Amino acid sequence: MLQVKNLNSYYGKSHILQGVNLLINEGEIISLLGRNGVGRSTFIKSVMGMVDSRGSISFYGKEILGRSIHEIANIGIGYVSENRDIFPDLTVEENLELGKKENRNGVKWNTEELFDLFPNLKKRINVLGGVLSGGEQQMLTICRCLMGCPKLIMIDEPTEGLSPQMVDNVEKLLKRIASKGVSILLVEQKLTIAFNLSNRLYVMGHGKVVFEGKPEEVKKNNEIIKEWLEVS
Amino acid sequence: MSIEVLLFIIFNGLLYGMFLFMLSSGLTLIFGMMGILNFAHASFFMIGAYLGYQISLYSNFWIAIFFAPIIVGYMGAMVEKYGLRNIHKYGHIAELLFTFGLFYIIEELVQMIWGKTPVSYKVPELLNFPLIQISGMDYPAYSIFRLVLSILIFLAIYRVLSKTKTGLIIKASLTNPEIVAALGHNVPRVFSNVFGFGCGLAGLAGVMAGNVIGTEPSMALLLGPIVFVVVVTGGLGSIKGALVASLIIGMMQTAAVSLELNLNNAFQYLGFNVDVNSILNHFTSITISQLSPIVPYLLLIIILIARPRGLFGKRDV
Repeated sequence: MLQVKNLNSYYGKSHILQGVNLLINEGEIISLLGRNGVGRSTFIKSVMGMVDSRGSISFYGKEILGRSIHEIANIGIGYVSENRDIFPDLTVEENLELGKKENRNGVKWNTEELFDLFPNLKKRINVLGGVLSGGEQQMLTICRCLMGCPKLIMIDEPTEGLSPQMVDNVEKLLKRIASKGVSILLVEQKLTIAFNLSNRLYVMGHGKVVFEGKPEEVKKNNEIIKEWLEVS
Repeated sequence: MSIEVLLFIIFNGLLYGMFLFMLSSGLTLIFGMMGILNFAHASFFMIGAYLGYQISLYSNFWIAIFFAPIIVGYMGAMVEKYGLRNIHKYGHIAELLFTFGLFYIIEELVQMIWGKTPVSYKVPELLNFPLIQISGMDYPAYSIFRLVLSILIFLAIYRVLSKTKTGLIIKASLTNPEIVAALGHNVPRVFSNVFGFGCGLAGLAGVMAGNVIGTEPSMALLLGPIVFVVVVTGGLGSIKGALVASLIIGMMQTAAVSLELNLNNAFQYLGFNVDVNSILNHFTSITISQLSPIVPYLLLIIILIARPRGLFGKRDV
C-alpha cells in the first residue's frame, strides 16, 4: 500500500534521509528500528509531508510526495507523533472530535469501542488534555488518530517513558488495531515489542536502511544488533 | 465624582473598549495561530472606514456597514493567501517586513484615492439624535447602536469558538497547527479564513467608528500601536484576554480623560502648596487627563515586566 523509493529528506542544509526504500503491504505491522538520530522520525514526517523531501512516496499507487499535510492525512494515513501532541486546552472529547477527518473511508472506529479499550479515557472525557498523565495522553493521541479511520497508522515511539503496565496497554492496542486490518508503521526503541508485533523490520543507520527482514532474522543476527541497535 | 459622571465614564469606556475589542480580536487570533505580527491590521480598519464613507455616498450607511467589512475581509484573505503564505518560509522577520510595507502602501493608496485631508463621513441620519439623556449627559443613539452591535459580535465570536468544530480547529491550531493538519484539517484554508475574518472585523470597526473619530489617512497610524497593547496585555491568541484588556484600556483611558486632578491637588490635600513658579510645578501640575494618551503604554510596560504572557496568554511574548 505504501511504497517509498529513494527518499531523500532535508532540514535546511542537513541531508537527513539519504535514499531510503521501504514497502508496507496491506495489514502489515512494520517496525523501523535504529538508534536516536538516525532519521526514523524524519522518515515518518517526510511521508506525512512535513519535511522537505525528494524521491517517491506512493500510497495505493498514487504519488503523494509534495502534497500538503491534510491531503495526505485525508487519503488515509494517520500520524501519532512522539511528543504526545494532545491539545492541552481542549477536553478529551474535543481532542477526539478533532481526530474525525473530512474524509473517513478507511477502517471505522467508534468512540465506544475505544472507550472499551481504555475505560480511563471515558471517565475523563470532560477533563482537559493537559492534565492527563503521560500514558493517558499517549492513549488519547492514538485514539484521536483512529477517529480519522486511517488505513495506515504511523506511530512514533509510543512506549517511551511509560510505566510497564502502560507499555502492555499500548502493545494490546497495537494488536487490536492490526486485527482490524489497519497497517502499522512503528518506530520503537524497545526491541522486544518490535520483535513481538512486527511482520517485518527495517533497521536504519545514518539516514539509510541498513537491514531489512523478519524479526527472527534480526534476533539471530548479532552483528546487526551490536552495530546498529544496542545502546552501548 | 457624581454617579452621573461615573455612569457616563462607564458607558464611554465600554464603547471604546468594545471598539478596541473588534479591532484586536482578529489580530490576536492571527498572532496566536500564525505568529504573524500584522503591522497592517489597523490599515484594514482604515480601509473599512473609507469604504464605509464611499459606499454611503453612493447608497447609504446600512449598505455600507454590510458590504464594506465583507470587501475588507476578502482583501485580507487574499493578502494572506497570495502574500504572507508565500513569504512564510522566509521566517517571521520577512512576514513582519511584508506587513510593514503593506501598511505604507495602503496609507499611500488611501491618500492617492481620497486625499490627505479628512473626508466628511457622517453618522447616519436615522441614528443622529440623543436616545437617552441622564442629568444633562447625552447618550447618542448611534453610540448605543455601536455598543449593542459590538457586544453581539463578541457573543457570536465566542459562540463560534466554543461551540463549533471550526472553533475547535482554530483553538487547536493556536497550540499546534501541524498536528491539526495531520488530523486531516485544511489548516492553510483556516488561516486564510481567520485572517480574512479578522481583517473584516477591523473593517467593520472602521465603518462604525470612522464617522465618529474622523476618517483620514493617519487613522491607522494612530490606532495601530494601541491594538498591539491590547493583544499583548490580553495574551497572544486569547479572545477572552482581548476582551478584558480592551475593556480595561477603554475604561482606564476614558476615566483618565475626565480626571482633571494633578499632584498639586494631592499636595494641597496633605497640607502644603507647590510654588507656581518653581520647576517642580511643571511636573506636579500635569493632570491625569493630560497623561491619558500614555496610560495604555504604561499598562503595556507593567504587563511586560510583571506578566510577559499577558493576562490570559499561555506563552510569553
